[in-house]
Amino acid sequence: MSNAGYPQWHLDAAQTLIAPIVASEPGPVLLCLQAVQSHFGYVPGEAVSLIAEACNVSRADVHGVFTFYADLRDTPPPPIPVRLCAAEACQAVGGRQLKADWTALCQSDTALAALTGTDEPIFCLGNCALGPAAMVDGELLGCADINRLQSAVARAQAAGEGA
Amino acid sequence: MSVWFVPRDAAARSMGADAVAAALEARGETVVRNGSRGMLWMEPLVERADERHGPRVGWRNMTADAIHLALPNDQSEQYVGAVDELDYLARQNRWIYERVGITDPLDPDDYVAHGGLAGLKNALAMSGDAVVQAVTDSGLRGRGGAGFPAGIKWRTVADQTPQPHAGESPSADRHKYICVNADEGDSGTFADRMLMEGDPFCLLEGMTIAAHAVGADRGFVYLRSEYPDAVATLQAAIWIAREQGWLGDNILDSDLCFDVEIRVGAGSYVCGEETAMLESLEGRRGMVRAKPPLPAIKGLFGTPTVINNVLTIASVPSILARGAEAYAALGQNRSLGTQVFQLAGNIAQGGIVETAFGITARELVEDFGGGTRSGRPLRAVQIGGPLGAYLSADKLDVAMEYEALIAAGGMIGHGGVVLFDDTVNMAEQARFAMDFCVEESCGKCTPCRIGAVRGVETIDKIRAGKDVTANTELLRDLCDVMTHGSLCAMGGLTPNPVLSALNQFPEDFASPVIATG
Repeated sequence: MSNAGYPQWHLDAAQTLIAPIVASEPGPVLLCLQAVQSHFGYVPGEAVSLIAEACNVSRADVHGVFTFYADLRDTPPPPIPVRLCAAEACQAVGGRQLKADWTALCQSDTALAALTGTDEPIFCLGNCALGPAAMVDGELLGCADINRLQSAVARAQAAGEGA
Repeated sequence: MSVWFVPRDAAARSMGADAVAAALEARGETVVRNGSRGMLWMEPLVERADERHGPRVGWRNMTADAIHLALPNDQSEQYVGAVDELDYLARQNRWIYERVGITDPLDPDDYVAHGGLAGLKNALAMSGDAVVQAVTDSGLRGRGGAGFPAGIKWRTVADQTPQPHAGESPSADRHKYICVNADEGDSGTFADRMLMEGDPFCLLEGMTIAAHAVGADRGFVYLRSEYPDAVATLQAAIWIAREQGWLGDNILDSDLCFDVEIRVGAGSYVCGEETAMLESLEGRRGMVRAKPPLPAIKGLFGTPTVINNVLTIASVPSILARGAEAYAALGQNRSLGTQVFQLAGNIAQGGIVETAFGITARELVEDFGGGTRSGRPLRAVQIGGPLGAYLSADKLDVAMEYEALIAAGGMIGHGGVVLFDDTVNMAEQARFAMDFCVEESCGKCTPCRIGAVRGVETIDKIRAGKDVTANTELLRDLCDVMTHGSLCAMGGLTPNPVLSALNQFPEDFASPVIATG
């Protein structure tokens, strides 16, 4: 296990993963990128070449798709990603302040920063009546504040250690 | 034996519903995980009925700790009494959301027992043409924001012959597609999500009716990745529907063959634009296509394609079940039927309000919403998502319908209503609108790609007190270019929030520092 429960990148495994998609789906490039990311946690450069060859398109085409979508990443994710909603409905209930407070906390606590990564803004989690909204390792939080974020991180950590 | 209901909706789970359900089960109680009633400030709203389908009483904001101590009773502070009689629900007129919060979203028997499949059965007894006519007669318009009449779109697709995928030989398989736009990226909107989590069969039934109406054989739901619960619930519903014979070959023993798959988005707002969505479904960058050709003629993989929003498609089963005439009797002017409004942001009683078009913004904000959550004075309301205008608190008597909102300088969008109290800085909100466009522009057309970057810079200069008059004029000029020169609504509507903020709240743009030029 390399990170957050994802298996280590492995070219042959990736090939096996994308082969059925390429065989059965028209327009398979994005599906292949998503399949690789959901399995390995990220899309390494090697995967871009692999997908290009399998789909019979240029590496530039696959790179173009990869760079367009905010979800796709070329480095492994942090163990417990924390993402705060940066959109209007959460701004209206102190989302900007929460973001500033969380950033300050991560700056003073390097272990927390390493665990949760740099928070990439996310635009709307669909929890707009119960903002500020956040997602901690896939768990949606409503009425988020620093305490609730910290306990969600602790819960995710405990769940990870128990697994 | 009494049955407890604890919502499985993501909003309820975000407030601890899973732990509440587990606590009830630990006490040996029977728990059904329903959808949410849409009174989100009460979540987790726990309900109890003496029998599975009996009337329910409820407790708001329940916690697992409280349940570990004792089962809730009617002496509890959180007791709300008979849930159906609560004003917030009793004043609504639910068509799309008729089962949401009531049924177990993944129980097919529950679905049928509460009126599910009645629309599809009626549709299958009619010709495809007659179904298109019924949808036309209902007055149903697109709920994604553009408001195009659904029946006319369906008619265009029905009139096409199925086509092979672009680039394939003429002898290849021929298709028409139903694509549901579930890329609900607008801040302040969550009705698509709650419908897919709370009554996913309704969406599938609507898609199947559409397929019968226009002669389509395959459907896709383009669902954003930010909604993992909706993806999981809808996927489970698709498997169950196949087992039930509601999807697949010879649906309900008719000649209709139709199946649905989910495609998950990848974090791009502009993919909610219909042609960008098609590009994304085809596996490419979500770059907007120029129209024509219309997607109804050359859509997904070059074949005739119906593209509708979740709420548009989910309106169809109840229209076919209860009749187009009854639907068209609701609403006003050219906005007929019901709209699912979503009350969000700094609001005391946020949630889902499905009611006929024509209710005023003030009724939604004050009567349903109960004003701001902070208790401070309301300053502005943004209607229709990040591309919608800000209305100042004194302009809320506008009727919530397509044309009246346009006349008031706004738009209904996807029905989101976001409240801001008097601590908001509207110049900051205007800057955010431009900045969001910088982040999310697909980059195909110059007014949007470059204009948004220049917009952020210009607002920064105004806020810094630099050449304020000239830069304000420049900002207006830039907005004019974006409005009229952009390829799609992303660049074309970004000036809405910017100009509405500038026009109604000019004092927020004034710099605290004396301008030096």
